[in-house]
Amino acid sequence: MKFAGPLNTLAYKPDLCTGCEMCTIVCPHGVFGMNGRKAEIVRYEACMECGACQKNCPFGAIAVDSGVGCAFALMKAALTGKKESCS
Amino acid sequence: MKRRVEPGLYALGSPTADSAVFVSANYTLSFDALRQALAGREAWIVVLDTAAINVWCAAGEGTFGTDELVRRIEETGLKQFVGHRTLILPQLGAPGVCAHEVQRRSGFKVEYGPVRAADLPEYLKLRRASSEMRQVRFGLRERLALTPVEVVGASFFLAPIGVIAYFAGGWLSVFTAIAAVLAGTLAFPILLPWLPAKTFSVKGFFLGGVVILPFLLAIFLRRPGAWTFKMESALVHILIFVPVTAFLALGFTGSTTFTSRSAVKREIYRYFPIMAWMFGGGVILAIVMILVALFGSRT
Repeated sequence: MKFAGPLNTLAYKPDLCTGCEMCTIVCPHGVFGMNGRKAEIVRYEACMECGACQKNCPFGAIAVDSGVGCAFALMKAALTGKKESCS
Repeated sequence: MKRRVEPGLYALGSPTADSAVFVSANYTLSFDALRQALAGREAWIVVLDTAAINVWCAAGEGTFGTDELVRRIEETGLKQFVGHRTLILPQLGAPGVCAHEVQRRSGFKVEYGPVRAADLPEYLKLRRASSEMRQVRFGLRERLALTPVEVVGASFFLAPIGVIAYFAGGWLSVFTAIAAVLAGTLAFPILLPWLPAKTFSVKGFFLGGVVILPFLLAIFLRRPGAWTFKMESALVHILIFVPVTAFLALGFTGSTTFTSRSAVKREIYRYFPIMAWMFGGGVILAIVMILVALFGSRT
């Protein structure tokens, strides 16, 4: 039984970026940085998929399959068929 | 312990129409951290109903979110109290709040302050957060603060396991169980960065393996019986208790500030079956050993 997934689900389309810097502000792990007038991913591996960047990018340049990085919540969700939650 | 703050609009000092507006969760520790950071200032605080959950977790659940914020702005009549249209939110509210949607729906511009309320005075000087203020920390202090919750949370499971362990293997097994649980809940959070391997599960297997060593030694030195019996007994303890530590270690992913769902999913698929097989195998072997001891031929 193997799960061959990507390191994380963060995807960024620089074409859509207008350089508002919002992603660099909301990310709690400094994943985004500015390169001139556009944002760029500088610490891809540090992404914890919290979804703050996607939610706050006004131009839809960022997509991430956000969710809780908690083993117990994921297993509980798998067992009960409900949405994963911390409570 | 009362942890809930009544949602609504609060005045800190004697705020005017020009005073800044901060947004917080209705969890006392979140609200108090904000109030302490703003001590001596005049400010408005909008407290959202997050079901007494802290800002970050509530943002992840969506209760510290766009809808609740827009609704609370309306309900409190905030526009009548302030002349400006800016809100300062904790940065960790961002996973639940869509800043541009809040502006479109309520007219208020969302400004994300620092991660930690304690950095607010510094932030307010320039209305800018340094990159250090924008990042969550997970140092020894933060990890230590979590250990009581981890230990208490696991002790509910420990009680029945301890009783079974006592009847199956005596005090030595009970102590092994306690050690395995404390390893996963107390030692693991503290030692996290220094344990070998990358994944929580492997780190947990390693720690569990180390912690069980003195108990294995005790089995060989203190327990009566044949050499083969001691070997089997040791094997049972390894199979049952090492995965307990590893499982608790895997569970600690939910308490950290950096694990992603993708990474945790990968870990569960890869290592949970190993834990389950070890534990299950250990329990079956223990039952067989007990049955043999009770009914087996004594030739």
